[in-house]
Amino acid sequence: MPETGVSSFAFPESLKGQDMVALIVRRIAGLVVTLLIVSALIFLVMDLLPGDPASVMLGTSATPETLAALQKQMGLDQPLLVRYGIWLGQALRGDFGTSYTYSVPVAGLIAERLAVTVPLALLAVFLSVSLALPLGVISAGKRNSGLDYIVGVVSQLFIAVPGFWVGLLLILLFSVSLGWMPAGGFPGWSAGFWISLKALLLPAIALALPQAGVLTRVTRTSVLEVMSEDYVRTARSKGLSERTALWLHAVPNAMVPVVTILGLQFTFLIAGAVLVENVFNLPGLGRLAYQALSQRDVVVMQNVILFFAGLVIVMNFLVDMLYLFIDPRLRAGAR
Amino acid sequence: MSRLTLSTSTGFSRRTFVVLSLAAGVALGALGSAQAAPKTSLSLGMSVEPSGLDPTAAAPVAIGQVTWQNIFEGLTTIDKDGKVQPQLAESWVISPDGLNYTFKLRQGVTFHNGEVFDSAVAKFSIDRARASDSVNPQKRYFASVDSVETPDAATLVVKLKSLTGNFLYWLGWPSSVMVAPKSAADNKTNPIGTGPFKFVSWAKGSQVELAKNPDYWDKAGTAKLEKVTFRFIADAQAQAAALKSGDLDAFPEFAAPELMASFEGDSKLTTVIGNTELKVVAGMNNAKKPFDDKRVRQALMMAVDRQALIDGAWSGFGTAIGSHYTPNDRGFVDLTKTYPYDPEKARKLLAEAGFASGLSFTIKAPQMAYAQRSSQMLQAMFADVGVTLNIETTEFPAKWVADVFKGGNYDMTIVAHAEPMDIDIYARDPYYFNYKNPAFNEVLKKVDATADASEQAKLYGEAQKILAEDVPALYLFVMPKLGVWNKNLKGLWENEPIPSNVLAQVEWSQ
Repeated sequence: MPETGVSSFAFPESLKGQDMVALIVRRIAGLVVTLLIVSALIFLVMDLLPGDPASVMLGTSATPETLAALQKQMGLDQPLLVRYGIWLGQALRGDFGTSYTYSVPVAGLIAERLAVTVPLALLAVFLSVSLALPLGVISAGKRNSGLDYIVGVVSQLFIAVPGFWVGLLLILLFSVSLGWMPAGGFPGWSAGFWISLKALLLPAIALALPQAGVLTRVTRTSVLEVMSEDYVRTARSKGLSERTALWLHAVPNAMVPVVTILGLQFTFLIAGAVLVENVFNLPGLGRLAYQALSQRDVVVMQNVILFFAGLVIVMNFLVDMLYLFIDPRLRAGAR
Repeated sequence: MSRLTLSTSTGFSRRTFVVLSLAAGVALGALGSAQAAPKTSLSLGMSVEPSGLDPTAAAPVAIGQVTWQNIFEGLTTIDKDGKVQPQLAESWVISPDGLNYTFKLRQGVTFHNGEVFDSAVAKFSIDRARASDSVNPQKRYFASVDSVETPDAATLVVKLKSLTGNFLYWLGWPSSVMVAPKSAADNKTNPIGTGPFKFVSWAKGSQVELAKNPDYWDKAGTAKLEKVTFRFIADAQAQAAALKSGDLDAFPEFAAPELMASFEGDSKLTTVIGNTELKVVAGMNNAKKPFDDKRVRQALMMAVDRQALIDGAWSGFGTAIGSHYTPNDRGFVDLTKTYPYDPEKARKLLAEAGFASGLSFTIKAPQMAYAQRSSQMLQAMFADVGVTLNIETTEFPAKWVADVFKGGNYDMTIVAHAEPMDIDIYARDPYYFNYKNPAFNEVLKKVDATADASEQAKLYGEAQKILAEDVPALYLFVMPKLGVWNKNLKGLWENEPIPSNVLAQVEWSQ
C-alpha cells in the first residue's frame, strides 16, 4: 500500500537482523544490571526500615528468647551482606525464597497473584483502548463540534474521578442494589472461566475509566497534530476524503505517543491497582505488596518490587520495539 | 452436581448442554425456593488474613480466629463465658501442693490425618511449645513446666517448678493446642488437628475453606455445617457491600462502627453488639518525666470523658473501662468511677504537680482508625486542662513494636491490647509502660499461688484496683464486637472472651 502512505509493518531493509539482535542484547544486558542494582537497593532499604518480621509475627507477648529463636529460623541473625549473597545465589538457581507470613515459596505466591492481576490489567487495557481510541479519533476528526466538546468533558471527568471511588459506586449499583455482580472477591480460575471473568469485570471498568480518559485526550491531541502535517494536506489535495485521510494517514502515524501511554498504563495497572484491588477484595499483586510491607515480609517485598522493576524495564523495552515498527524513521536510527 | 453428571454421561453438543444445565438450574432454583432446606454452608468474613494457620507458631489473633476450636483443640478449652472447660483432657487432679497436674486424656480421638491422640502426643505438643528453639508466641506460659510424663497412653502428668494458678486456663489458649508429631511442622500451611472441621484449602489473599470432620470424636459436638469459607476483606466498604449483596453470611467482627447504621432496616441481616477482649489503653512511659509523677497520670485520666471519647472515636460502640480488664473477664470490677471525668480537678492536680502553666508531649498513635480518632479526642480533651498533645502517627505493628514496644522511646501511645486476661503485663519487666509496683506484682503472685476460682477473682479485683488508682495507662474502652450476620444464622458467639470464631454449633434455622 505504498501509494496510500501507510507505513508497512514488516521489517524494512534498513534494519538488518544482526543490528536488531545487538540492540536486543544490549537492552537485556542493561536490564540485568538494572535488576542487580535494584535488588541491592531493596535489600538495603528493607534493612533500614524500622521493625523486623520476627517481632511482627510473635506479637507483644514474646520473650527475647523466643524472638531470637524465630530470627534464627528466618535467617535474620546473619549479617546483611551474607543474607543478600544467599538470596542472590538462590535466586540465580530459581529459588526466590519462602514467604515469612505464608510459609510458601514466593515464586508460587507471585504467580498466583499474577493470575489475577495480569488478566485484570489486560481486560482494563482492552476496555480502555476500545473506548478511548474511537472517542479520541472521532473527537479529533470533528474538532470543536458539540461531540468533541462532550467527549472532552467526559474524558476530563474520567481522569478526575479516582478509580476506587468508581469501584465503590459500581459495587453499590450492580452488586448491592441490582444483585447482578459479586461484590468483590475472586473465586479462582478453577471455579470456571466465566465466573472469574465476571468477578474481574467491575474492577476492570473501575481501572479502565481513568485510563480511558487520559488515552482519549492523548489520542485526540496526537491525531490533531498529525492532521496538520504536510503529507496529510497532500493526501487531501490528491482528492482523498477527510475521513480517509484521517483513518489511513493520520491515525497510524499518531500512534507513537498513544503506545507510549499504553505502555505506562499497563505497568501502572499491574503495580498500582492496589486501591481498586482493596475495594474489590481481589487477591492481586498490589495487595500482596502492601500486605508484605506491613508484615515486614522482606522476602516477598524484595521479589515483588524486583518483579515490578523488571516489568517496568521490560515494558519500556517492548514499547521501544513497538516504536520501531510504527515509526520508520526510528528504524534508521537504530543502526 | 447435576451439571457435572450431564456433561460427562452424555454426548450432547456444548449448546445443548448449556441449555439443559440452564433449565436444570432454573428447575433446581424453583425447587429450592419451594422446599427451602436449611443451608449447610457458611461464608464468614474477617478483616485480617492470618499469617500461617499454626496458632502455636505466630501471634496474630486471626490465626486462632480461623483455626481454634474449628481445626485445633486443646487439653482444655475456654467457653463463651470465658470459663475453662475440659476438652481433650477429660478430667484432671491437682496435687495438694499445686505443682502436679494429672490429666486423664480422652480416648478414641484421632487427628484429621489418622494419627491417634494419646499421652505421647500431648507430651510432644507441650514439649514442643517449651523447647529452647520454640517460637510459640506464648512460650512464657510454659516456663513453669518442669517435666511432662506419660505413665500410660491415657494419662499425662505435668510437673511444675512454681505455682501457676492459671495453668489450666493457659492450656485452653490457641497457642496451646494439641498438634500431631507427623504433621506439626506443616501446620502453617496445612493444619491438622482433632477438631470438628478439617482444613480443605487456602487461596492466599482470598479465603480459607474448611469442611466438616465426619469422624469427630464427640458425636454430640459434630459440626452442623458441611462447609465453612473464611473470606478476608480488609476494606470496610467492601465488607459492607459483601454482606448486603449476600456474598457473605456473617461478619463477626465488622471493622467500621460508622457503617453499622447502614445495616438498619436490612431485611436479611441482624446486628449483634458484644464485647471483645481488646482493651484500648493509652499507655504512658512511667519511667519518663512527667509521667513518673502519679498525679500527672491521674490528672490526665480525669481530663478524659470516656463516653464522649467512645462517641467521637467509635460511634458510641464500646464499653468504658477503668482498669486493664474487660466485663468478659472473671472478677471484673467497674472502676470507671475511680478517676471520673473532672477537668477542674485535673487542672488542680496538674498545678499541684508543678504544671500550672501547662504541659506538652507527644502520642505515638498507630495508623488504625480507632487509635487515630481516639488520639484526636484526647487532644481536644487535654487542651481543656492546658495540656498540648502532639499526634505522631506510627506504623503498626512493625514500627510501633520497634519504637515503642521494644525501644521504649515514647511519651504516650495508644493500642488495643488483644490478649485476654493479660493484666500481668504490668508485672512484666521490661515492658513498655515501665511501670514498677511491687505491691501489684505481689497480688499477681498470689493469683499464681491458688487455683481456686473465687479466690482468683478476688485477687484480680485487687489488681484492677491498683491499676485504676495508679493509672500507668489511661484506660479508655473495650472494643465492641460488631457482629453482623444473617438473621437465620444461629450459634455465633455474641462476645469474644478469647479471639475466636467457634463454629461447630453454628447452624441455619431455615
